[in-house]
Amino acid sequence: MRYKQKKILKFTFIIAIIAFAFFLFYFYDINLGLDLQGGSHIVLQAQPTEEREINNQVMSGIQQVIERRVNQLGLTEPMIQRQGSDRIIVELPAIDSPNEAIDTIGRTAVLTFRNSAGEVLMSGENIKDARADYDQYGRPVVRIKFNDEGTDKFEQVSRMYLGQKIGIFLDNELLTNPVIQDVIKGPGQITGYKTVEEAERDSILIREGSLPVPVKVVETRTVGPTLGKISIDKSIKAGLIGLIFVAIYMIFYYRFPGFLAAVILVIYGIILLGTLAGLQATLTLPGIAGLILSIGMAVDANIIIFERIKDERRSGKTLKASIDAGFKRAYKTIVDANVTTLITALILAYYTSGTVRGFAVTLGIGILVSMFTAFFVTKNVIDLFTNTNFLKSEAAFGVKRR
Amino acid sequence: MDILGKRKIWYMISSAVILIGLIFLLTSGLNLGIDFSGGTLMEFKFDKKVNNEEARKVLEKINIAVDSKIQQTEEEEIHGILIRAKELSSDDILAVENAFKESYLTTELLRTEMVGPLIGQELRKKAFLALLLASLAIVIYISIRFEFRFAIVAIITLLHDVVITLGIFALIGREINTPFVAALLTIVGYSINDTIVIFDRIRENMKLMYRKPFEELANKAVVDTLPRSINTSMTTLITILAIYLFGGASIKTFMLALFIGMFAGTYSSIFVASPLLVTWTKRISANK
Repeated sequence: MRYKQKKILKFTFIIAIIAFAFFLFYFYDINLGLDLQGGSHIVLQAQPTEEREINNQVMSGIQQVIERRVNQLGLTEPMIQRQGSDRIIVELPAIDSPNEAIDTIGRTAVLTFRNSAGEVLMSGENIKDARADYDQYGRPVVRIKFNDEGTDKFEQVSRMYLGQKIGIFLDNELLTNPVIQDVIKGPGQITGYKTVEEAERDSILIREGSLPVPVKVVETRTVGPTLGKISIDKSIKAGLIGLIFVAIYMIFYYRFPGFLAAVILVIYGIILLGTLAGLQATLTLPGIAGLILSIGMAVDANIIIFERIKDERRSGKTLKASIDAGFKRAYKTIVDANVTTLITALILAYYTSGTVRGFAVTLGIGILVSMFTAFFVTKNVIDLFTNTNFLKSEAAFGVKRR
Repeated sequence: MDILGKRKIWYMISSAVILIGLIFLLTSGLNLGIDFSGGTLMEFKFDKKVNNEEARKVLEKINIAVDSKIQQTEEEEIHGILIRAKELSSDDILAVENAFKESYLTTELLRTEMVGPLIGQELRKKAFLALLLASLAIVIYISIRFEFRFAIVAIITLLHDVVITLGIFALIGREINTPFVAALLTIVGYSINDTIVIFDRIRENMKLMYRKPFEELANKAVVDTLPRSINTSMTTLITILAIYLFGGASIKTFMLALFIGMFAGTYSSIFVASPLLVTWTKRISANK
């Protein structure tokens, strides 16, 4: 009775793991990388000029300009982030004309002052500095300093448009629309902000709006949705074919235990997909290759275990004792063998980026899941059949030498 | 079965393959793709076949990237062409795309890749660093878990596999990009994995059969783990072959590298690693 209860417990445990993996897979879904669902990866690099070197302030200025440009494209999930000291990475989902978007994002923006008719009165190069501050009444303002040429120009502009509104545009987007209240000689100020944060935001854009330094598009990778779809379809087909052939090989070589190994492989696949979904790892095309490759590694763990059990059987132990001893000795080998692969996966994940990192991450997760499967699933599945004729027969873990 | 006794034969086979590979590595070198050398790659899809001359005419019309390499893609059903050019500006890329869309209304741009020369240089450097660090980490791990000589032999073995893979790629002149580096590192991981399973058995035999000479117990370890070595490499090679044949053009190179490397890895774990351990151990005892 106790033995039977143990068996039921083991069976429940396996089912619970599978159910949990299914749950994760259905509720979280797997993130697809740009190369699978289509999209663009763009790397922009700031180019220092004679007047300006690259520093943190310059970079956040650039980042904000880029963010505004990307937002103007109206995409659902753009990603913009700094990389290193002088680069910005932009990732866009699949769009109709990605190369046009890249062209827009990477160009050097222009800050302009325009009249109500849209005529350009002066441009950002006349601005020396812009800072958020408070005026004498404690209201948040943006103070603008012009260079010598700009001071002259703005004096003329403010005289000509006194009492009228002028627009300050970044590319074609209106930042602010102040009324000229005075003829301004020297620094000017823009009022009408509700908070100092608002003023701060505009001051950065006015100051850095026309991109403090030029940026260069140093790397772009764009994949259209069609190619992504082709890649996914082909990979699934390849994975299934690989899996089937491995299963056939295992059954041919190991007979009933081989069949169990094939079942365990399918369970491994489900756990792996569930884990990837649960961790929200991004699956890339090399990542899929990593997954399929980890099938090989997972089956290897089973092979090591089976061969160990056979060795134990040859030394004359009973089936039950052989299985226990075989597992115990195989564990150590599996850990040593997998830790080294895990080390390379970790280093690869750290030193690379983009799709190759996707490969390293899925390979790493694949190895961990395959170890988990070997330790917790394989043993329990084998135990379920220990007392059946399937495993007792000569062919299974047999002592016959081939 | 006496595998380690015939180690001179195995050494000769390995040396010959490595030598041929090295000759090609040094003379023709590796065919570096745009990831490493910088450049632009554009892949178009058409309704019907567009030959290289027709495609070049489109480029000539706008006078951009006229000297680029034009190639039909491997997948026939999409009637694709690949255009490889030097590094192009975003403006030029857009111009090329529009020119093709004007000439062929239903064409679709499947992918565009542009890598600046600086990025290419960085990727090369990072790839080398990753390979170096991985090897170092492995030496440390194996030295702790086994012995230092096991670690050194393991490193020689993985160098063997990496050099053979590089050599064969130089020989067949296939273009390599960053995924190739990932493939090399996987080979490193796999090669070590394979070697360790055998070393693990040698370590065990050293305790169980401490009276026997090292060569004999090492040979027993290699022979006993032979079914595992063969079965594992068979199942892994089957999956790699499946992806290579059915998995689409973009990961073919990656899979080819894995196939060569894994094959070399299996060979070296059986015929190079353990024999080297025996040679090393014999030299030490001869010197005493």
